[in-house]
Amino acid sequence: MSEFLAMNGYAAYVWSAFAIAMGGLALNVWLARRQLRLARAEARRKLALGEST
Amino acid sequence: MNWVWFHRFGSPPYFYRFAGRWAPWFLGIAVALLLVGLYGGLAVAPVDYYQSDAFRIIYVHVPAAYLSLMTYTWMAIAAAVGLIWRIKIAHAVAAACAPAGASFTAVSLATGMIWGMPTWGTWWAWDPRLISQLFVLFFFLGYIALRGAIEDRDRADRASAVLAIVGVINVPIVHYSVEWWNSLHQAPTLLRSDGPTMPMSMAWPLLVMIGAYTFYFLAIMLMRARAEVVRRERGGAWLREILAAPEASP
Repeated sequence: MSEFLAMNGYAAYVWSAFAIAMGGLALNVWLARRQLRLARAEARRKLALGEST
Repeated sequence: MNWVWFHRFGSPPYFYRFAGRWAPWFLGIAVALLLVGLYGGLAVAPVDYYQSDAFRIIYVHVPAAYLSLMTYTWMAIAAAVGLIWRIKIAHAVAAACAPAGASFTAVSLATGMIWGMPTWGTWWAWDPRLISQLFVLFFFLGYIALRGAIEDRDRADRASAVLAIVGVINVPIVHYSVEWWNSLHQAPTLLRSDGPTMPMSMAWPLLVMIGAYTFYFLAIMLMRARAEVVRRERGGAWLREILAAPEASP
C-alpha cells in the first residue's frame, strides 16, 4: 500500500494532479446545484412581488 | 425526417423537465465510470518505461483538456444556433457551458504544469500547445466577463455568442498545435488519425475517464442550463408550477 502511495517517488506530482482534477469535478457539481437553488429562490421572490402589487 | 422532437427542446418547461430528469442519471453514470477509470489508471495500468508513475497524470490531464475543448465547441455551436435561429434555450445552453469550461481549461493547464516538472524539468514553457490552450481559458473568461458586463439579457446573449464563435477558431489550433509546430508537448497517443500508439493496458482507463467526463459534462451543462432557463423566465404558469413543487436535487 505505501509502495502504491509512493508512486515510485512521483507521489507529490501524481496525487496533487489527481486532487486538483477531482476537486474541479466536485466544485462544478456544487456550483451548478447552488446556481439552480439561487435561480429558483430569485424567481420565487419575483413572482411573490408580482402578486402582491 | 420529423423534426418535432427537436423543436420541443425550444420550449422552456419541456427543457426544464427533460434536463431535470436526465442530469442525475448522467451524473450517476459519470461517477461510476470515474471510479472504474481512477482504479484502472492508478492501480491497474502498468508503469511507463520512460516516465515511471508520473505518466499516470495523463488520466486526469487528457480528459480535462478534452473536456475543455469539447465544452468550448459545444458552447460555440449553441451560441451560433441561438444567434441564427433566435432560440433562447440555445443561448441558455451556451451560457451554461462557460463556467465548467473555464474551470476545466484551468485544470488541464494546472495538471499539465504538474506533469511538466518531472518530465520537462519546468512548470511552464512558451510553447504553441500551452499558449493556445491558455487562449481557450481567456476566451472562456472573456465570454463570462462580457455576459456579466451587459445588463440587457438579449444583448448579452448576442454579443457573447459572437465572441464564442470567433474563439472556436482556436479549438483546431490547440488540437493540431503539436503537429503543426515543433512543440515540447508530446504528440497525441490515443486520439490520432493513424490509431492509438498506446498499449491497450494503458489506453482503456483513459478511454473510461474520457467517457466519464463526457457524461459529467452533459450533467453539469443540463443542471446549469436549468438555472439559466429559470432566470430568463419572467412569469408564466409553468414557472409557478415548477417553483411550487420541491426540487429533487440532482
